[in-house]
Amino acid sequence: MSMELVCPAGSPAAFAAALENGADAIYVGLRNHTNARAFPGLNFTPQTLQEAVRQAHARGRKVFLALNTYPMAEQMALWKESIDCGVAAGVDALILAEIALLDYAAKVHSNTPRHLSVQGSATTPQALRFFQEQFGITRAVIPRVLSLEQVERLCANSPVHIEVFAFGSLCIMVEGRCQLSSFVTGRSPNCHGVCSPAEQVHWEEHPGGERQVRLGSVLIDRFGPEEFASYPTLCKGRYQGDSQPYYALEEPVSLNTLALLPRLAQAGVVALKVEGRQRGPAYVSQVTQVWRAALDALDSGAPFTLKPEWQSRLAHVAEGKQTTLGPYHRSWQ
Amino acid sequence: MKMTLGPIPYFWKREAVHEFYEAAATWPVDVVYLGEIICSKRREMRTQDWQEVARLLRDAGKEVVFSTLSLIEAESEILALNRWVEQGGLLIEANDWSAVHCAHAHGLPFVAGASLNLYNHEALDFLQQRGMCRFVLGVDQGAGQLQALRNQFPGGAQRFPDTEVLVWGRLPLAYSARCFTARAQERSKDDCDHCCIQYPEGILLDTREELPFLCLNGIQVLSAQCCDLGPELHQLQALGVTHLRITPQPSGTGAVIERFRQGLNAATPLERQGDCNGFWYGNPGMSWVSSATPI
Repeated sequence: MSMELVCPAGSPAAFAAALENGADAIYVGLRNHTNARAFPGLNFTPQTLQEAVRQAHARGRKVFLALNTYPMAEQMALWKESIDCGVAAGVDALILAEIALLDYAAKVHSNTPRHLSVQGSATTPQALRFFQEQFGITRAVIPRVLSLEQVERLCANSPVHIEVFAFGSLCIMVEGRCQLSSFVTGRSPNCHGVCSPAEQVHWEEHPGGERQVRLGSVLIDRFGPEEFASYPTLCKGRYQGDSQPYYALEEPVSLNTLALLPRLAQAGVVALKVEGRQRGPAYVSQVTQVWRAALDALDSGAPFTLKPEWQSRLAHVAEGKQTTLGPYHRSWQ
Repeated sequence: MKMTLGPIPYFWKREAVHEFYEAAATWPVDVVYLGEIICSKRREMRTQDWQEVARLLRDAGKEVVFSTLSLIEAESEILALNRWVEQGGLLIEANDWSAVHCAHAHGLPFVAGASLNLYNHEALDFLQQRGMCRFVLGVDQGAGQLQALRNQFPGGAQRFPDTEVLVWGRLPLAYSARCFTARAQERSKDDCDHCCIQYPEGILLDTREELPFLCLNGIQVLSAQCCDLGPELHQLQALGVTHLRITPQPSGTGAVIERFRQGLNAATPLERQGDCNGFWYGNPGMSWVSSATPI
């Protein structure tokens, strides 16, 4: 069975780009705080969501609605209304992380499939069994922490289908379990759908061309005049111990698993997810096209070879202009 | 309110761990959490060692809880978890969903660890119905959120689960597949040579302005700053918090416990000793807010 290509869309234009270039499924969020890319100007209204579902279904493709942030006690109503809104629009699955919402969706909308979001932080067959038994999930997106060998074993023993991240920005922490952003800025992926928020980024330029960048009050990095300056995501800054400043957590790179495609397919992974609802239609077009071509090549049955053109096109749109196999490759860990 | 001693987050030599708990047996804490929560390759303490420590603490009148691994990836780690749940005879602190599943499947009660993301009353209610006997408030949650949880909880204050709050220690902020300690030594995780044993308090990281920022402990990232809710004890009490958690440190833990114990019996709030308390007030966690601030 061929693997499903799941692409991001943060706007109707990006949605059209994903659809046009061969995504099998497109995941979207609503324009509120119920999803992990709650950026200004991004995401869908109930009307644009309905229209997107209509367009996708007309072409035999699917739409998944991500509701993957954690509501506080007094916010439950908004999240539940958002679930209702997705179901009313006819989405093909809900991507959820939080147990009370999973419980609600399982009871009230049992006919709409539920996928466990990467934010649900499930890394073992036992954890997946819990979500399957309690909420009837049929698929889980697993955190970007497992090595390829571990993904293979998990697929072999999982009670539900497994979707993995294939391309895009690399969260190096277990998703759903990182409070670095809230520690510094008071805003987090879990509760606000943002990490290292842009409104708290301050660039300072010094005579001579040196630049430095802060998130809130914290100095994340300094760059020489010729140095590539990346966005100050907290886990990709340079800090110092006894040593010279270094990328103590991770370099500014993104994930690219194109080279692992045959092994992911063989492992029984059902779907490949592309990160990037915050990116524009040009990114979505490029990435969807390349992954569609690669998956079609894989499905053709001919021996799979990586085309240099694919890699260079992906490298061109990658964050930090460098890519890595990330945790899939054991030596990264 | 009861006082608890959280699990040791760092990798200490076997003798140091035994010595630490021999002293802990004499400290005025009510509950002690044991076990390795960061990395299954840390094997100074064998099962038998932990059992010995558990006996010692129980004989000293402490409630003993076994705290599970924060990130489970390997089958061997699942097998170890199952063994503890089946044979340990101890209450479990579940730090991931595998442990919740394991305790629930065996019909055993459990403490829900701080990283399970229990942000609302419905999630608490759901887990309480499945064996949760106490929960540790998430590291990023504070007074306002706890108040909302209590207000909305079905059945009100009487049914509200016992609540534990981290009141002293570095904040556990993140977990990864990557070992940051090995990375700092330019080693891979598979070839780590257990180098974290050289850092009994983790590796401190400063920003490039030489301000303390983070602390690396294997696959865990902690704050460099020490959270201190000593001045907030009266607020914690008013919000129905039942358990106060102290994080072990290589020296001075006994004095920290003594300070909080005195604070519990005193009429005036404790003076600030730590560095940060922002999460309690709904602010960035690294900030310090005066305890006179209304919540």
